[in-house]
Amino acid sequence: MSDTAEKVKKIVVEHLGVEEAKVTPEASFIDDLGADSLDTVELVMAFEEQFGIEIPDDAAEKITTVKDAIEYIEKQKAA
Amino acid sequence: MFQYGASPRRVVVTGMGIVCPLGVGVEHVWRRLLAGESGISAIQSFDVSALPAKIAGQVPAGSRAEGKLDINEWIPVKDQKKMDRFIQLALVAAEEAVEDSGWRPETEEERCAAGVLIGSGIGGLPTIYDAALQVGAGKAKRISPFFIPSALINLASGHVSIRYGLKGPNHSVVTACATGVHALGDAARLIALGDADVMVAGGAEAAVCEIGMAGFCASRALSTGFNDTPTRASRPWDADRDGFVMGEGAGVLVLEELEHAKRRGAKIYAEVIGYGMSGDAYHITAPSEDGDGAYRAMRNALRSARIAPGEVQYVNAHGTSTPLGDDLELGAVERLWGDDAKGLAMSSTKSAIGHLLGAAGAVEGIFSILAIRDRVAPPTLNLEKPSRESPVDRVALQPQERPIRVALSNSFGFGGTNASIVFRAAP
Repeated sequence: MSDTAEKVKKIVVEHLGVEEAKVTPEASFIDDLGADSLDTVELVMAFEEQFGIEIPDDAAEKITTVKDAIEYIEKQKAA
Repeated sequence: MFQYGASPRRVVVTGMGIVCPLGVGVEHVWRRLLAGESGISAIQSFDVSALPAKIAGQVPAGSRAEGKLDINEWIPVKDQKKMDRFIQLALVAAEEAVEDSGWRPETEEERCAAGVLIGSGIGGLPTIYDAALQVGAGKAKRISPFFIPSALINLASGHVSIRYGLKGPNHSVVTACATGVHALGDAARLIALGDADVMVAGGAEAAVCEIGMAGFCASRALSTGFNDTPTRASRPWDADRDGFVMGEGAGVLVLEELEHAKRRGAKIYAEVIGYGMSGDAYHITAPSEDGDGAYRAMRNALRSARIAPGEVQYVNAHGTSTPLGDDLELGAVERLWGDDAKGLAMSSTKSAIGHLLGAAGAVEGIFSILAIRDRVAPPTLNLEKPSRESPVDRVALQPQERPIRVALSNSFGFGGTNASIVFRAAP
């Protein structure tokens, strides 16, 4: 697993209080990990903080799974 | 005037919960209170070196089994960041009260007839402080999405309703240090008037933080002369008193319509028989000079209970240990009770726990009910040398066994808001 994926996973586990095993790439924050809309706002803020990037609202809305988050962050870091 | 005794719907207390500087749990706290223990200590959780007041009544940290508070035992870690400490304390007290009542709504109809009315004097002050620091540091965009719902006062009621599925009236009170009594009195009226059959009611406060302490220091309200001997600082009516001691905590009661409680065979602690309010219309922080606001709140409460002052055996005073307020309240009691003042016991339990602001009235309401249950008046600690004599027995230093059947509890707040509530032994 990439360094980014590790960090994303860690943030998700901490913020949503879920078991690590549940945080699979396909897991949806809301449907599978028990997040509500405010939780997802907080998650995105945590990603921004951790990776030193800006995630605009329209992009944030499309980040619904763990994989979405990892891919978006890696693309931003590469840019 | 609306009168409880005349109403076909009477209101009783069937559950109680406390978290306060003497610990967590009604019976544990009551035992320590009667033993003359104090919950006041030096503040160590933040730097108080720049402040003249360096002590407070703080909820002891530790396990539930020891009668202390480990919030992880009560609220999942991921939910804790969504609520300020005052809401967490409200949830802890509510959990004990609801458990104690033995009641949970089972049908939709029952859920819709059960409400919540928990207030706070100040609400999420530590949360507001943290957010303000972030904004001040140019990080306005990094404010938590939970900042607002964490700080809002009515979210204590909101969280409690969500946890227990209570879909009746969801309300809150904000009347500074009179909040707790207003919450209980207003909730009792909602039941008496038929808006609900059950109300989970009380107050919560957690303002022992940097700006809370600084703010009350600035208003010259706090004791500053006992920083080295914290347990001696809160000394209502004593000649050496020099201000109140900040406290934190929550008190929550389950109030229930009498027939509803009887039908389910509930344990009934006491009946709410009277409630009275008044305004000083005088000054933003000082009580009216003649104590008339306190007098009228108590008089109105006794009127609504349709009893004479002489029928009350115990008063739990507002008695914050301020030079001005204590004697004004005492004077108002002497004036209202007249010749009956010499048979009356009145104590201030703030001597042991400090001033819990918006939670004070709820916690002290519970102490008043326990005074009726156990026929014992809890003591006023540190009352070594009263600043003046009075026919009213202020229960100095030691608890007193007394035939208490009716108790009145007072709470007065900044803004000149006064409230009194009267409890009677279970019918």
